[in-house]
Amino acid sequence: MTAAISVTGLTRRYRDHTALDDISITVGGGTITGLLGRNGAGKTTLLRILAGQEFPSSGSVRVLGASPAENEDVLRRLVFAREDQAYPDIKVGQALRAASWFYPEWDSGLASSLLDDFGVRANRRINQLSRGQRSALGITIGLAARAEVTLFDEPYAGLDAVARQIFYNRLLADFAEFPRTVLLSTHLIDEAAALFEGIIVIDRGRVVLDAAADVLRGVATRVSGPCLAVDALTGGRPVWERRRLGSQASVVMVGPLSPDDREQARSSGLDLTPLSLQQIVVQAAAGVLAPAPETGFETERTCA
Amino acid sequence: MPEMAGLDEGTPLFAQVAEKLAGEIADGGLAEGERVPSTNELAAFYRINPATAAKGINVLADDGLLEKRRGIGMFVATGARQRLLARRRAEFTQRYVEPLLAEAARLGIDTDELIALIKESGNEREGVSL
Repeated sequence: MTAAISVTGLTRRYRDHTALDDISITVGGGTITGLLGRNGAGKTTLLRILAGQEFPSSGSVRVLGASPAENEDVLRRLVFAREDQAYPDIKVGQALRAASWFYPEWDSGLASSLLDDFGVRANRRINQLSRGQRSALGITIGLAARAEVTLFDEPYAGLDAVARQIFYNRLLADFAEFPRTVLLSTHLIDEAAALFEGIIVIDRGRVVLDAAADVLRGVATRVSGPCLAVDALTGGRPVWERRRLGSQASVVMVGPLSPDDREQARSSGLDLTPLSLQQIVVQAAAGVLAPAPETGFETERTCA
Repeated sequence: MPEMAGLDEGTPLFAQVAEKLAGEIADGGLAEGERVPSTNELAAFYRINPATAAKGINVLADDGLLEKRRGIGMFVATGARQRLLARRRAEFTQRYVEPLLAEAARLGIDTDELIALIKESGNEREGVSL
C-alpha cells in the first residue's frame, strides 16, 4: 500500500502558540482514516496544510507524492470539505458546475442524487441555505469530486442524525465502488467509528495515537466487581483508570484477555466489559496514553 | 452505534463479521457450495469499512471454511458446516456448562437440583414446540 499522505516532522507555529508540534503520520492509499481529537487539538490546521491552504513552519508534507502548496496537479486530485465553508453569492447549481470544471473525476449524477437525498434544491441561493443545507452542499462536492484524496473537516455542522447517516452510507457505498483516500475529522466518534480503517488522535498539536481501528477494539477492558477480586486479576498489569465504591471496584485494564483471565473473572464474580473505540480515543485524547502506550501506567492496588 | 446492524463496538469488527458468517454456515443459512456475500455487500449491510469486511472473510478463508473461485467470489467449502458444528460442540462445556455450574454454586443450587431444573425446562420447551 503506497502512502497517499505522508507528513514528517510537521510543525505549525502561530505568534503565540504551536498548533502542530513535530507531527509525523502516513495515510495509506485507498483507506478511510479518522482524524480525532478535542477541539483545538490541531485537526483543522493539519487538514488545511494537507489541502495546501496553509503553510508549515517546518517539516515535510507530501500528498500524492508532492507538496500540495500551490501545486495545481495535486490540488485537482484533492478535495477539502470543511465546516462552514464560505461561498460566493451564487446558486447551488452554479457551485456544482464550477466544481465539475475543476475536478476531472466529477460525477454530476452522484451530485444531484446526493442533493436530492439531503433535500437541497439546485436553484437555491447558497446565502439563503440553512447551516445544515450548506454542510450538505459541502459533503456533496466532497463526494462527487471523487478526488484521490478526500479531506472532510467536521463536515456536518447543522445536519441532523438522519442526514449524517445518509452521509455515512453514501460515503461507504461510493468508496466501495471508487476507492480513494479519505481523511475525516470528527468528534462524533461513536457514530463514525465503523467507517474507519485507521485512527489518528491528535492532542495539543501532537499525535497521541495512530493505529488500525480494529486493533484498538478490545485492547482495553473494564473489570468491575468485588475489590479484592479486581485486584487479583489486574494486579501488576497496566491500568488506565481506577474507581472504588465501598467493597466494589472498577478498573480499566490494558492488554488482551487470556482464557484463564476470563475463567478467573467468571469464578470470582467479575464483570468484563470491553472498551469501545470511542472510550479508548477519549482516554488517548485525555493524555492517558502519552507518551508511550506500553509503559508508565500505575500498577498499585485499588483496595486499601 | 445503533446503525451497525448487530455488531458491537467492544471487540474487533472483523472478528465479529467472521463469527456471524460462521454462525450462518453452522445454522445452514449459508449452504455448502453457496456464494458468500461479497466484501462490498457485507460492508453495506453492516455499514462498516470494506477493508474490515474483507478481513472478516479472510479469517474464514484462511481457516479453509470458504474457498475462492477466481472471478466469481467466495463460496462455502465442502465440510465447513460439520467442522463448525464439531468446534461448537467442543466449546459447549466451556461456554455454557461451566458458567452454569459457577452461577449455580453461587446460588447454592446443587447438581441434583440443577439436573432437575434442566429437565423441567426441557419439558417446557418441548411442550411449547408441540
